[in-house]
Amino acid sequence: MAELILTKNFGVPDSHKLEVYLRHGGYEGLKKTLEEFTPDQVIEEVKKSNLRGLGGAGFPTGTKWSFVPKESAKPKYLVVNADEGEPGTFKDRYLLEKEPHMLIEGAAIASYAVGIHKAYVYIRGEYVKQARILQGAIEEAYAHGFLGKNILGKGFDLDLVVHRGAGAYICGEETGLLESLEGKKGWPRLKPPFPALVGLFKSPTVMNNVETLCQLPHIMKRGAAWFAGLCEGAPKAGGTRIFSVSGHVNKPGIYELPLTVTLREIIYTHAGGIRGGKKLKAVIPGGSSAPVLTAEEIDVKMDFDSLMAAKTMGGSGGVIAMDQNTCMVKALYVLAKFYAHESCGQCTPCREGTGWIAKILGRLVHGDGRPGDTETLKAVADNIAGNTICPFGDGAAWPVQSFVRKFRSEFDYHAKERKCDVPRNGN
Amino acid sequence: MPTLTIDGKEITVEKGTTVIQAAEKLGIQIPRYCYHPGLSIAGNCRMCMVEIEKSPKLQISCYTQAADGMVVRTTSEKVKAARQAILEFLLINHPLDCPVCDQAGECWLQIYYMEHGLYNSRFLENKVRKHYKATPIGPWVNLDSERCILCSRCVRFCNEVSKTHELAIVHRGDHSEITIFPGKELNNKYSGNVVDICPVGALTDRDFRFQCRVWYLDKRDSICPGCSRGCNIEIHYNLQRAHHAEGRRVLRLKPRYNPEVNKWWMCDEGRYGYKFIDDKSRIQMPYLREGETLVETDWKVALDKVASTLRAILATYGASSIGVVPSPQLTNEDLYLIRKLFREDLGLSHVDFRVPVKEKGYEDDFLIKADKNPNRRGAEELGLGAGDTSLSVEAMLAEAASGKLKALYVFGQDITDFFGEERISEMAVHLELLVFQGSNLNPTCRYAGVILPSATYAEKEGTFTNFEGRVQRLYKALEPLGESLPDWEIVVRLARLMGFSYPYTSAREIFKEIAATVPAFSGLNYTVIGNQGGKLATS
Repeated sequence: MAELILTKNFGVPDSHKLEVYLRHGGYEGLKKTLEEFTPDQVIEEVKKSNLRGLGGAGFPTGTKWSFVPKESAKPKYLVVNADEGEPGTFKDRYLLEKEPHMLIEGAAIASYAVGIHKAYVYIRGEYVKQARILQGAIEEAYAHGFLGKNILGKGFDLDLVVHRGAGAYICGEETGLLESLEGKKGWPRLKPPFPALVGLFKSPTVMNNVETLCQLPHIMKRGAAWFAGLCEGAPKAGGTRIFSVSGHVNKPGIYELPLTVTLREIIYTHAGGIRGGKKLKAVIPGGSSAPVLTAEEIDVKMDFDSLMAAKTMGGSGGVIAMDQNTCMVKALYVLAKFYAHESCGQCTPCREGTGWIAKILGRLVHGDGRPGDTETLKAVADNIAGNTICPFGDGAAWPVQSFVRKFRSEFDYHAKERKCDVPRNGN
Repeated sequence: MPTLTIDGKEITVEKGTTVIQAAEKLGIQIPRYCYHPGLSIAGNCRMCMVEIEKSPKLQISCYTQAADGMVVRTTSEKVKAARQAILEFLLINHPLDCPVCDQAGECWLQIYYMEHGLYNSRFLENKVRKHYKATPIGPWVNLDSERCILCSRCVRFCNEVSKTHELAIVHRGDHSEITIFPGKELNNKYSGNVVDICPVGALTDRDFRFQCRVWYLDKRDSICPGCSRGCNIEIHYNLQRAHHAEGRRVLRLKPRYNPEVNKWWMCDEGRYGYKFIDDKSRIQMPYLREGETLVETDWKVALDKVASTLRAILATYGASSIGVVPSPQLTNEDLYLIRKLFREDLGLSHVDFRVPVKEKGYEDDFLIKADKNPNRRGAEELGLGAGDTSLSVEAMLAEAASGKLKALYVFGQDITDFFGEERISEMAVHLELLVFQGSNLNPTCRYAGVILPSATYAEKEGTFTNFEGRVQRLYKALEPLGESLPDWEIVVRLARLMGFSYPYTSAREIFKEIAATVPAFSGLNYTVIGNQGGKLATS
């Protein structure tokens, strides 16, 4: 059984409290960083660790940090993306509940590396309890010199502020989040310029996911080579991630595993296989935006590059398993309603296209299919992908494209016969 | 200065120029909705996408800056397919309102569909409904939020140009909607401009609503006479369907782009101030007063009366007994001939346009000037406001009351407005002749013995000089109503009857002489002025 890094102490009572965190080696990573590394050396270490963004985009973390100019007339900012909104993803919730100090420590390391002295945690509005716990941890950190002025007596200052969201998935998109944090409507911005140069309040900004930051204390304490080495046989990958497993498995939940684990192992070795002894039909490997895989495709390794080669993505690590009695048209309809509801509406293809797709699927599900519906679904999705201001459009289009491509016959049947041919119970 | 290639044509542009702007310089109009040169870049319609070599995805040309060596294609199959896709998306929830929508004929969904669409609709669903249908959001503008394509031009206009922030987009996804903040109305002195920039019939002009289909309208360039800025405009008029709009000819004014004067905009007061052109108060023929009644007559009779009376008064009382009040609303050509006849040839000393200002007009730091006259600068440059021996109009009235002034010739202005009706009626008793020459009846006419009908600015050629010294051309859109004539032409006829033969048969000829004889106007002519104007030598 591979070593647990992030979730090791999830079972320890009061793990969110500072005294418990310290007892288990907390803030040693930050201490070592401030004592033994220059900011540039931290960036190099993180680059070498192969750590990639665990919020969904999988961008190499050290590389992203290196885009921020060293000298800046404007203050630099760190924004922690705790808006966890990708359907099928619930890992950050537990990190915020059970290891808020790990996040604070990681944020401090990242800030030190980039020359940042003000950080914001943008936490989704629905995480009321988690925000409260995080705020408590922050207050503890300030009281004990892990935040504020002259952290650990090493002359490094950092302020950390919690900002709650108000219920929009698009405010988890990088620039949508920045707009919301600035008090405006969460409409994503045109890029370039990228946030590393023009971000929060038009200043250079690093945005990282909660889990990504939580890896930093461990990387700095135990070394980049150790972290990268956790992914045997994948020289460009590193470390573990928490997979959120849901759907028709026996043991849904969070599973921290090295990135080189296969999808089959996640479902069958760790999550107990498909409930009721049924057969697996399809799996979404990385949150709802990730193209769906069939049951024949689950031997893929779960690192970012392997999944991209398999024409899907690592995304947020949200694994949604669907069994043989799942109507893929209905499953896609559920997703499509989500995207239609969450589209910000700023740009034409996504605003109009997501609503259109949901309506077509609604008809197919309710026995009102028409000839040509499958072709229209594909065409609309094809017209959204690549043509939008932000990746939301792609995220809405890819599920439609992949479901239709891999389960075409179900869609055609719904369109032509105006009913469903997927048996509902154990056949 | 990057050099790029668009559709095989090379062009070098200033750094920072976007691809859509570079294309325009090459005469290539890339289709667009949200992009407007006078507003910030929104990049949300996605209609302007083009193919850029080395870019895997299409890029929006309104936001992409020209780079050295860039190769752009605006007519490839990929681009054509993308435009169709965007049009399809915009049309799926768009209401089938064309038959009842004022924008028909100048609607950019229609225009681009005919140019870039022409596909068969495959949308089978119920359309999204919105909240505002034919709803006034202010005195001038109606909102139909279902027709809206959410380009956000109107929101950006109210934020960036009028800076009044009335409009916003609320809700999310395909339920997004333009709305006006509760308790506010769209009445910011520039409200009408949002109708110009709305590409579809979401924001429409209440004044123009249902008056005439736009394909019956003809248009002519002109200059707004509402204030001394002289915003460049187009007069849109209907002669093709005279039974529409109760027979009114001018149906709307639109701003015309001039980077030096008004950019793309005009104010509401100017925009909606055209009604007088076809109003019932238009004077359509000359009148002579007999007691309390005004009797219709013709030009010969009326001008004979004026000429003979003036000659008699001149002979009896001398050159200081006649006062002439030109108007700073007349053109340079009108004013030049007034000066020529009355000051130079008749030798009158009291020729002055200056009436006291009742209260300072509204002015702002954008387009609106306090001086509500389009040609004060012209009148001043032609010397009609000063003069060592000239009396101001105030003084003329005093002279009349004391019996020294025997005749008053008023052009256009309503002097009862400036001096009060009582004072004018007292003064008028002492006059042997009061001539009013203007386009519309006003209270001054009650005291006039002769009324001569003038053509409006829309019915003649001529020039105005704006407050900055820019001379701008009027282009004749309509024939003068009824028997009315351009003021300069009336002066030529009067001059002939008084023994002076002027050779001018057009405003253009008059301007040539102005340019030759008045140093401030040297170097200018109608060709040089064109439709963007030319500066006075002294400004």
